[in-house]
Amino acid sequence: MTTEPAIRVKGITKSFKEVHVLQGVDFDVAAGTIFALLGSNGAGKTTLVRILSTLLKSDAGEATVYGFDVAAKPGDVRESISLTGQFAAVDGVLTGRENLVLVAKLRHLKNPGAIADDLLSRFSLTDAGNRKAATYSGGMRRRLDIAMSLIGNPPIIFLDEPTTGLDPQARIEVWQTVKQLADQGTTVLLTTQYLDEAEHLADRIAILHKGTIIQNGTLSELKQLLPPAEKEYIEKQPSLEDVFLALVGETESEREIA
Amino acid sequence: MTTHVISDTGVLTGRSLRHILRSPDTIITTAVTPIALMLLFVYVLGGAIKTGSDESYINYMLPGILLITIASGIAYTAYRLFLDMQGGIVDRFQSMPIARSSVLWAHVLTSLVANLVSVAIVIGVALIMGFRTGASVGAWLAVAGILVLFTLALTWLAVIAGLSAKTVDGASAFSYPLIFLPFISSAFVPTDTMPGPVAWFAEHQPVTSIVDTIRALFAQEPVGNDIWIALAWLVGILIAAYAFAIVVYRRKVG
Repeated sequence: MTTEPAIRVKGITKSFKEVHVLQGVDFDVAAGTIFALLGSNGAGKTTLVRILSTLLKSDAGEATVYGFDVAAKPGDVRESISLTGQFAAVDGVLTGRENLVLVAKLRHLKNPGAIADDLLSRFSLTDAGNRKAATYSGGMRRRLDIAMSLIGNPPIIFLDEPTTGLDPQARIEVWQTVKQLADQGTTVLLTTQYLDEAEHLADRIAILHKGTIIQNGTLSELKQLLPPAEKEYIEKQPSLEDVFLALVGETESEREIA
Repeated sequence: MTTHVISDTGVLTGRSLRHILRSPDTIITTAVTPIALMLLFVYVLGGAIKTGSDESYINYMLPGILLITIASGIAYTAYRLFLDMQGGIVDRFQSMPIARSSVLWAHVLTSLVANLVSVAIVIGVALIMGFRTGASVGAWLAVAGILVLFTLALTWLAVIAGLSAKTVDGASAFSYPLIFLPFISSAFVPTDTMPGPVAWFAEHQPVTSIVDTIRALFAQEPVGNDIWIALAWLVGILIAAYAFAIVVYRRKVG
C-alpha cells in the first residue's frame, strides 16, 4: 500500500446534460500527504469530490481510492474515506455530542459515547457538547463537522472547501486541524478557491480549470513556472489579516480554553 | 452490508424521532386542524347534516377526520426529508458504509410513529366530544391496521415529494389535495346527496371505501366488500409509491 497512491484519478469525465463539467481529469495523491485542488467556483471541484466519495458516477475514466475502484467497489471505498462537504453537514437539532455518537453508531463502532467525548475534547468542544449544534458559531460547526469525519479513523479524508464562509480565526483553526491530520498519516484531499489556503497547507497543488487539470506540482514547482522574481525593495506592510488578528488577539479555541 | 439494515435504520430512526421530540409542535399542529374541523362539523354544521343513520354525527365523521389528520401529518415527513437532502447530511450518510435504504426507512418509520401519536390525540378529543364505539379488540386492530397502511401509503408519496421538491413549500404543498380528498367522499355527508358526476367521483375514489370500512368497524356492522376495495387501493398506492420513490432516490443519490 505504501508505494501505491492513496487516490488515483485517470481520465475522469462528467457531463450534466450539455454542460461538460469534467473533461478528462488525471492526478495521483500520495498516501499521507495533503493535496489541494484549486479552482474557481464552477470549476468542477465538488463534482470530482462527489465522484471520488461514491456519491456520483463518472461518465468515463477510472478512479481508485485506497486501492478500490470507486465504481466497482463503492462499499470498500466508503469504509476507507470520510467526506466533509461544502456545507457543514451537522444535525442542528442534535447536540454536538449526539452528532458524534450518531456517526460512531453508523460506523458500527464500540463505545460511541467515549469516542464522542474524546473528539469533543480534541476539538475544544467539550463545553459546547451538550448544546444544540444549531447554536454553534460557523467555526465551531466546521470543527464539529471535521470531528465527525474523523470517527473510525478513515485513512483518506475529503474536505470540500473546508473554510468557505469562515472568519479568519476559524480558518486558522481548520488549517491547524488539517495539518495535524496529515502529521498522523491521514491522506487529505481538499478543494479550495483560496490561493493562500493551498499555499499554506498543501504538499501538492493541482489547478482545475474548465474541467481539466492545467497544472499539478509542489508550490515551488508552480512558482518556477513564472520567470524568476525581480528584486524590488519595498517597505514590509502588514496585511489586513495581520492587523485583524493582532487586534482581536486570540483564536476562538484559545478563548474557550481560557 | 445487508446485516446493518436494521441497526442503521434503528439509529437513524432514533435521530429523527429525537427531532420530533424536540419540536413536538409538528405533532400538535398536525392534530390541531382536524380537531378544529371536528368542532366545526359537530357543533356548527353537523346539526343540519342528515346522514341517514342513527349514529351520532361525531361517530359518522371521525373516520374522515382521522384520514385528514394523517394526510396533513405526512407533509412534515416530506418537509423533514427535504431539509435532510438540502443540508448535506444525506450526502454524509451516503458516503459512509451504511445500508443504502436505511435513510429513507428511518423517515418512513418516524412518519408512522408521529402520525399514530397525532391520530391518538384526535381520537382522545373525539372521545371527550362524545364519540362512542362498542368495537371489539379485533375491530380496533383492524382500524389500526388500515390507518397504518394509509399512513405508509401516503408516507411513500411524501418521500417522493420530499426527494423531488425544489423548495420547502413545494415539499409540503403536495399534501393539500390529499387533505381535500375526504371532503369529496362519504366522510362528512352521504354521497347520494351530491350531483351526479361528483357523486360518481366520490364513490370511486379510495377515501370513500376506507371511510366506510372504518365506520362499519366502529359501528360493529359488517364491512362487506368495502374492506377489500379499501385494501386494494391502499396496497396498490403503497406499492406504486414505494417503487417510484426508490427510483427517484436512486437517481438522486446514485
